[in-house]
Amino acid sequence: MTELPASTMKKLGLVIDLDTCVGCHACVTSCKGWNTENYGAALSDKDAYGADPVGSFLNRIHSFEIQPETGPAQTVHFPKSCLHCEDAPCVTVCPTGASYKRVEDGIVLVNETDCIGCGLCAWACPYGAREMDPVEQVMKKCTLCVDRIYNENLPEEDRQPACVRTCPAGARHFGDLGDPDSDVSRLVAERGGFDLMPEQGTKPVNKYLPPRPKDEQIDVLAPFLEPVAATPSGFLGWLDKALEKL
Amino acid sequence: MHPAASIITFTTLSGLGFGLLVFLGLGFPPVEGLNAFIFFAVAFALAVGGLISSTFHLGHPERALKAFTQWRTSWLSREGWAAVITLSVMGLFAGLIVLFDLRIAPLGWLGALACLATVYITSMIYGSIRSVPRWAHWSTSAMFLAYALSGGALLSGQVPAAIILLALTGIGQFVAWQAGDARFAASGSTAETATGLGHIGKVRLFEAPHSGGNYLTKEMVFVIGRKHATKLRAIALLLAFAAPIVILLLPFYHMLAALAVLSHLCGVLITRWLFFAEAEHTVSLYYGRSAAA
Ligand code: SF4
Ligand code: SF4
Repeated sequence: MTELPASTMKKLGLVIDLDTCVGCHACVTSCKGWNTENYGAALSDKDAYGADPVGSFLNRIHSFEIQPETGPAQTVHFPKSCLHCEDAPCVTVCPTGASYKRVEDGIVLVNETDCIGCGLCAWACPYGAREMDPVEQVMKKCTLCVDRIYNENLPEEDRQPACVRTCPAGARHFGDLGDPDSDVSRLVAERGGFDLMPEQGTKPVNKYLPPRPKDEQIDVLAPFLEPVAATPSGFLGWLDKALEKL
Repeated sequence: MHPAASIITFTTLSGLGFGLLVFLGLGFPPVEGLNAFIFFAVAFALAVGGLISSTFHLGHPERALKAFTQWRTSWLSREGWAAVITLSVMGLFAGLIVLFDLRIAPLGWLGALACLATVYITSMIYGSIRSVPRWAHWSTSAMFLAYALSGGALLSGQVPAAIILLALTGIGQFVAWQAGDARFAASGSTAETATGLGHIGKVRLFEAPHSGGNYLTKEMVFVIGRKHATKLRAIALLLAFAAPIVILLLPFYHMLAALAVLSHLCGVLITRWLFFAEAEHTVSLYYGRSAAA
């Protein structure tokens, strides 16, 4: 049913720390792996070793350069996947009911056997979080690893999205953003977590944490390497002048 | 947005077909007999042909019937219903005229109204996509309706109406293009809001997620041809509106009527191509393409 639920019991989602992400793409790889071997149609690749390879991914890492008014530019690695929006425009446009938002946890999913592959939901998503699989011709998107997080066959520490479990930098956090006391909600409050493109009115559940401000003085050793005297005197002064004359 | 041939054909042909049905439904001209058969056959061929062409765009056309289920929220689903209902009403109206020489005028009026509703609903598939600011505006629907009406007037041979409607649609399209050019900037979405990092400084894509293209860049970050946009707009206005108007003003326009229709059709196809090719999607902000590109 493509009518959005008025509210969901939980708001499961991710908190992504842009301060910590090192841009290694490990989450991209683990996501592709898990979602190719498990729930739904495999995430295919076409012409993988040819001249024009394409493939479907549910998570991609962009890198941005940010140039402040003064001072050096800064690089920020920016993972992006479905934000499991509260007001998900991708769901309401779907003509078949294949796209839906779950009442119990707020996860936005695609029922692949109902999807006609019209692509309208991918148009409606402002973030580019949905991709049509080039082989299966059905819409693929982040499931928040719905087949891991409730999976009692997995050890408890593995019951989180593959990307979160994999991230070597600890830049990805998973939890209930509807519960103000959850770890993720507190993290968002402490670090000033924000929404992407709030002007699009989608009310994303996933939040991003901003890079921490750069320290003013980063180099602790530099002061010890300052030249001892600005104008050398004594032997060095003589040498300087002698060399100058040559 | 990627200008897929199937969708351009769909919106162009079905728009013309429903436009012609509007006039036939209202009794302009009041066709009967073989004449009626030919007129209605052309109109249905255009409308149905367009709808069939739209299914070529689907990844799984064999499941197309499922698209009738979500009319409560989805304009695409409503489009399916509207087309079926409208074609049934007009089919009945046409059938009675052709087979029994029986014209039930109110049925025709109802059908004409349904045709307009269908064109409006088609336009809302695009007009409701907020992430494409150029489309998300009432003018999208206004232009779809204007195109259907002017094309319908032309096809049904309503010369004075066609001249006026074509002129108005042409002017409207010109204004809509101008206004549309500024709409992405006005939407407020920028690389800074897309990343939420504008408080630090100016945001620029440093490295794309991958070196090749993907579904998103192919489907929604289409940029080819935008540099020729001005030329194409001029050609489109000339073919779709100026040329047909001139032909209709000639004293011997009857012989050239087919030419006027053909010219109009080519012009509309170009405007529809531009409708997609020029539409910028907010996802392009993540791929380093500025809206102005
Ligand atoms: S990020 Fe895109 S695909 Fe995910 S819920 Fe929001 S609009 Fe839908
Ligand atoms: S591509 Fe599939 S999930 Fe997306 S709108 Fe179309 S039918 Fe629904």
